[in-house]
Amino acid sequence: MSILVIAEHDNATLNASTLPTVAAAKTLGGDIHVLVAGSGAAAVAEQASKLDGVAKVLHTDDAAYEHALAENMAALVAKVGADYSHILAPATFFGKNFMPRAAALLDKQPLSDVTAIEAEDTFVRPTYAGNAFKTVQLGDTPKMMTIRTTAFDPVATEGGSAAIENTESAGETGLTGFVGRELSKSERPDLATASVVVSGGRALGSGENFEKLIEPLADKLGAAIGASRAAVDAGYVPNDYQVGQTGKIVAPNLYIAIGISGAIQHLAGMKDSKVIVAINKDEDAPIFQVADYGLVADLFDALPELDKALG
Amino acid sequence: MKILVPIKRVIDAYVTVRVKADQTGVETANVKMSMNPFCEIAVEEAVRLKEAGKAGEVVVVSAGPELCKETLRNALAMGADRAIHVLSDDELQPLAIAKLLKAVVDKEEPQIVMLGKQAIDGDHNQTGQMLGGLLGWAQATFASKIDVEADSATVTREIDGGLETLKIKLPAIITADLRLNEPRFTSLPNIMKAKQKPCDTFTPDDLGVSIEQRYKTLKVSDPPARKPGVKVGSVEELVDKLRNEAKVI
Ligand SMILES: Cc1cc2nc3c(=O)[nH]c(=O)nc-3n(C[C@H](O)[C@H](O)[C@H](O)COP(=O)(O)OP(=O)(O)OC[C@H]3O[C@@H](n4cnc5c(N)ncnc54)[C@H](O)[C@@H]3O)c2cc1C
Ligand SMILES: Nc1ncnc2c1ncn2[C@@H]1O[C@H](COP(=O)(O)O)[C@@H](O)[C@H]1O
Repeated sequence: MSILVIAEHDNATLNASTLPTVAAAKTLGGDIHVLVAGSGAAAVAEQASKLDGVAKVLHTDDAAYEHALAENMAALVAKVGADYSHILAPATFFGKNFMPRAAALLDKQPLSDVTAIEAEDTFVRPTYAGNAFKTVQLGDTPKMMTIRTTAFDPVATEGGSAAIENTESAGETGLTGFVGRELSKSERPDLATASVVVSGGRALGSGENFEKLIEPLADKLGAAIGASRAAVDAGYVPNDYQVGQTGKIVAPNLYIAIGISGAIQHLAGMKDSKVIVAINKDEDAPIFQVADYGLVADLFDALPELDKALG
Repeated sequence: MKILVPIKRVIDAYVTVRVKADQTGVETANVKMSMNPFCEIAVEEAVRLKEAGKAGEVVVVSAGPELCKETLRNALAMGADRAIHVLSDDELQPLAIAKLLKAVVDKEEPQIVMLGKQAIDGDHNQTGQMLGGLLGWAQATFASKIDVEADSATVTREIDGGLETLKIKLPAIITADLRLNEPRFTSLPNIMKAKQKPCDTFTPDDLGVSIEQRYKTLKVSDPPARKPGVKVGSVEELVDKLRNEAKVI
């Protein structure tokens, strides 16, 4: 049994999402190979070779993979992965974009967002925004899936010494051209992997209030900033701050929800956090049902106080 | 230019879904059903392209039991021209749905297939990408802005760190994200008009597609429970608990 893990990266650095994906592969047992497809991404292949538990790195260097376009990635994964028992990618926007396409090319039914592996063919995944967990037995081989990164503890980035092998490109499909990317720049920790997240909701009322009230708190706690969909839609913060069923899935040590009602779609993205704090002026807000510590208060009073109390 | 919009009937987004006691599935008796919110956005976008003179015909398609016709009617009331119902009472997994949709695409030859990015029941987020693979077409998933030209489309997509813009060759697959648009409400006259619009029905057999199930559901269970929390009386108490009890700051 060998398992292929598709690495997420930006051609310079291995993305942290790859680490729990390798961890998920380890629970299956068997040789783990990591595919690094990129353009001038030798440094990434190097980093992947050091991951704990990796037996081999397959490195495909071609301009076709510079932007991880789904058409090109899927063609490569289908070509390189056909003889593996399992193919895993992180359940990020990266993995979700090409994995189902690659599976269709191989006539396989993939699984999305796997949160637990019970046997070589038995997997658990959330459905209905995390309200119902399905345990499924998958008949196809290779078994192709994306892994919910918060559900597996990342492997160590040191200790491995896998061989790096060059693997032939599957070529440029020519279907799609890359125009550009607008990435939000931030000095803060990455939302998906931060150990503390401070999130604001509609109640903040404006982008200025996010700056004035949420940012200083996040600075003091070394936290990433998140938001509800309502806050994003109102334009208080960029869309990639959204936590939830259709935004980011986070599971920090501490999640602080401020002026967020706790709609099921929001809970779907943060319910697995270790400690949840909610500040909301409505004592019946559903967010309190998942909060370890709830404070019924007006955020415009509570946040300045909190800022002071943290010193 | 013809646009095909696949839509799914799902439990309404605002219903609290409950797992059945025997763990075979979720409660569906007397539960409100609606068009999947992302499909609604896809229909809205297709209708807007038509209204802007960029698209000719908007055809909606849904695979599933008889009641899908109701959902198709809603889409017709939003402004779609014609509906196709792929009638099946069997469990349809995403690969099977993608194959059924491919058969419909082969018949209809649309320039764009506009899907929702995700159906909020299975949360698969797969069908559009799989259809793209089966057809060998370009794909732009998680679209938040679409500009259609004669033989290409420029699509802005939501990705992990922000936004990405792609230029895709038509024919192509596009999947709609939440921020693409705000779907319209359907007016009573439009609901009445929709009743006159054509709806064809096919079975998977008619389309020559076998709908194999590739996975078996062994169990459906409640999410892991959280232990009950406490309310704190003040900011001071909160900070004290976080420092000394939870030890997270
Ligand atoms: C298909 C679909 C997908 C979705 N995906 C997501 C998703 O990924 N993420 C997401 O977050 N949402 C998502 N939503 C939206 C979700 O249903 C909610 O509408 C949204 O989460 C509400 O955001 P909110 O809590 O900020 O706003 P509201 O629900 O308006 O809540 C505001 C809260 O602030 C409190 N409040 C008001 N003033 C104050 C004050 N001064 N001090 C303290 N508290 C105050 C109120 O009591 C209230 O509880 C989705 C919806 C659909 C249909
Ligand atoms: N039974 C179905 N009939 C028609 N379209 C569907 C069906 N299931 C899924 N789709 C389409 O595929 C999208 C993504 O669904 P999924 O891959 O199940 O998350 C939906 O938003 C629909 O556009």
